[in-house]
Amino acid sequence: MADTATKTEEAHSDHHDDHHHDQSFWSKYVFSTDHKVIGMQYMLTGVAMALIGGFMSYVFRMQLAFPDESVPFFGRVSSLEYNALVTNHGTIMIFWVAMPILIAAFGNFLIPLMCGCDDMVFPRINRLSYQVFLLSAVVLVISFFVPGGGFGGAWTAYPPLSANAEYSLTPMGSTLWILAVALEFVAFLMGGINFITTAMNARAKGMRMFDIPLVVWMIVIASILFMISVGPLIAGAIMLLLDQLVGTAFFNPFRGGDPILWQHLFWFFGHPEVYVVLLPALGIVGEIIPTFARKKFFGYKLALYTVFATGILSFVVWAHHQFIAGVDPRMVHLFTVTTLLISIPIAELCFLYIATLYGGSISFKTPMLWALAFVVEFLIGGVTGIHLGASGADIYMHDTYFVVAHFHYTFFPIAIIGFYAGITFWFPKWTGCMLNEFWGKVHFWLTIIPFNCIFIPLFILGMGGQHRRIYNHQHFSELATPEYQNLRIFATVSLIVMLLAQVIFFVNIILSLRKGKKAGKNPWKANTLEWTTESPPGHGNFKELPEVYRGPYEYSVPGRKEDYWPQDQKE
Amino acid sequence: MIESLIESGSSYSGDIDFLFTLITVIVGIWFIISEVVLFYFLFRYRKRDGVKAEYLSGEKKSHKKWISIPHWLIIACDIVLIVGAVQVWHHIKQKMPPAEETIRIIAQQWAWTFVHPGKDGLLDTDDDITIVDELHLKENTTYHYELSSRDVLHCFSIPIFRLKQDTIPGRKISGWFRPTTTGVHDVQCAEMCGAGHGLMPAILTIHTEEEYAEWLENQTPNLDPDPLKNEQFRGKEIGELAAD
Repeated sequence: MADTATKTEEAHSDHHDDHHHDQSFWSKYVFSTDHKVIGMQYMLTGVAMALIGGFMSYVFRMQLAFPDESVPFFGRVSSLEYNALVTNHGTIMIFWVAMPILIAAFGNFLIPLMCGCDDMVFPRINRLSYQVFLLSAVVLVISFFVPGGGFGGAWTAYPPLSANAEYSLTPMGSTLWILAVALEFVAFLMGGINFITTAMNARAKGMRMFDIPLVVWMIVIASILFMISVGPLIAGAIMLLLDQLVGTAFFNPFRGGDPILWQHLFWFFGHPEVYVVLLPALGIVGEIIPTFARKKFFGYKLALYTVFATGILSFVVWAHHQFIAGVDPRMVHLFTVTTLLISIPIAELCFLYIATLYGGSISFKTPMLWALAFVVEFLIGGVTGIHLGASGADIYMHDTYFVVAHFHYTFFPIAIIGFYAGITFWFPKWTGCMLNEFWGKVHFWLTIIPFNCIFIPLFILGMGGQHRRIYNHQHFSELATPEYQNLRIFATVSLIVMLLAQVIFFVNIILSLRKGKKAGKNPWKANTLEWTTESPPGHGNFKELPEVYRGPYEYSVPGRKEDYWPQDQKE
Repeated sequence: MIESLIESGSSYSGDIDFLFTLITVIVGIWFIISEVVLFYFLFRYRKRDGVKAEYLSGEKKSHKKWISIPHWLIIACDIVLIVGAVQVWHHIKQKMPPAEETIRIIAQQWAWTFVHPGKDGLLDTDDDITIVDELHLKENTTYHYELSSRDVLHCFSIPIFRLKQDTIPGRKISGWFRPTTTGVHDVQCAEMCGAGHGLMPAILTIHTEEEYAEWLENQTPNLDPDPLKNEQFRGKEIGELAAD
């Protein structure tokens, strides 16, 4: 291990020296190869896309609550526009918010710092990865404004609808959409190479495999899952692009193709993708809970094994999205079994997080509130997945709002709660300033309470038979009742409250940057290596590359005066 | 649980409702236990002056049992749920009881065409009755359906039957249902199918035996056995929907 660390040091020495002179704004913030700056670029782009995606949800929720009335700041919503809004809301939130923030931003920022090295192994590939990602985001945003409007065939883009402009009525929108998605995959493939290589080869001297902090493991495993699963979908995306542009018929049943083929390619990627974004969020929470409970992580190795098991199982559950899509009914049994089995490792992980709290000394700082909210809310998303994975019940529940509520109870904790947990926890390290606790807590409660108020009504609506992607439920006699309409209005009002509450967060950030308390090296008294260097870390991260003597969660070790024991302290 | 929100109207809808309730009870117990333990820990082990946290790695056997016992219990619950799910699925989607009548359903952007067998109870005869966006059924009669699509994917969904099945262009998909109630209900399209996806409701009317005979008496049989050739069955106008 010592060898590897030295080699990395040598490999980086060129790159290191280049940057000691004064840099212009452009080379420092725009074309930087520094992992912290690239992480920040991913973070800011992701947050900007989240604002767009959030605005979209406001527009279509207004249409559902007050059908066919003009929506403030948007206007009247046509059915085509409604479809484009829900489609791009889903696409943006998964590919341009959850992925860049959880994997790319935190991965870039944390992996070199937590592994104790000065940068990613391939800094220039890292920069290219962000540039391709930015291009993909620009292509997606352009697709809203082309003639015909943005793509509206749902984020799953099932052909023949997505393959033929004659059916979708968005000739340019659908092509740009699939192009943007493909570019985004290219960006994350390059990012993934870096995350895996850096964590495997460039760790500090003395850091063994089981001394790696959970969040680093999780991002590495997520990158592996992504890289294995994305291949089939890239092939599918090329076929879809050819069907759209050249008139091939890969997915056209009248000319020898098969639309179901796309569904298999899409979900072979699409299901592991859920775990690709889940794992980094679980990792972030796994760093925060031990720190604020002052406890060693309960069953660190067991947690890793369950994550491996989840990762492997996640490759053989994909057809549970297609139970009623016309696949062989006998095949469904296989996927019911694998889908329900995946509840075992996920439940165990949740138990490990809860068990970590046992016997702790828990302080409820803002990052801890977010981390605990993750566990509380994710449990709801997890248990309602069983209703959908059980084939018999899915016959009714499929494509209802029950599904919508279920996956928002998984994705909201992952993408939004995970983001806030991470950003409130590492903000002092990233910027050198503490966030204001009071306003952090106000923001927390004003996000969590409305979040539940949005999605609990949707469970009820889904059980009542309200199906997805309908721009106006008044056309259906069984769904047009005033009781149901009140639930829709309640959800929409809750959404608006939640969106407005996000202003508090941004104001808190700006004020804390200007007037916030200085953080110092280690404000939370945490153990991992990023807390042993300056806040914010300078170029090259560490004055002297650290050496590691123990695992990351040695809190409250008996016989020690301090209740924490940083990884790089010999005694 | 579901039946309190929406009527249960087919021979198998009760099975799905029961399965849903069973799942809710089983996962609900796990959910409540987890949340109660979590909140109890948060309260019991909140930071207090002079109390230091315990040092537990969770690697000892005596600690691991707190994870491994729930592990086996969850496997047991999973087996119960899998058996339930497989039984319901097998009953509804795999096994086809003999048909008393057969209905042909053709989906297109953005309308449903229903071909009812006429008085002779057989399809593809001169007395077939073809109607757009209206489905008429008899109570307590086992129907087979033949689903197809003219253009993109759609999903044939009747909430009171708890039935959903995607339609795929170029394929004929068969299934069955047996209405056990009467009245007027919704047929939905539950798969994104383009601009008019939200405008694809059809009306399902379930008659009693006598009412159905009366209704049948008043219908004009469709002389062209292939309804798709007939221009009057085109869906809603594209221009109308795309207009801002």
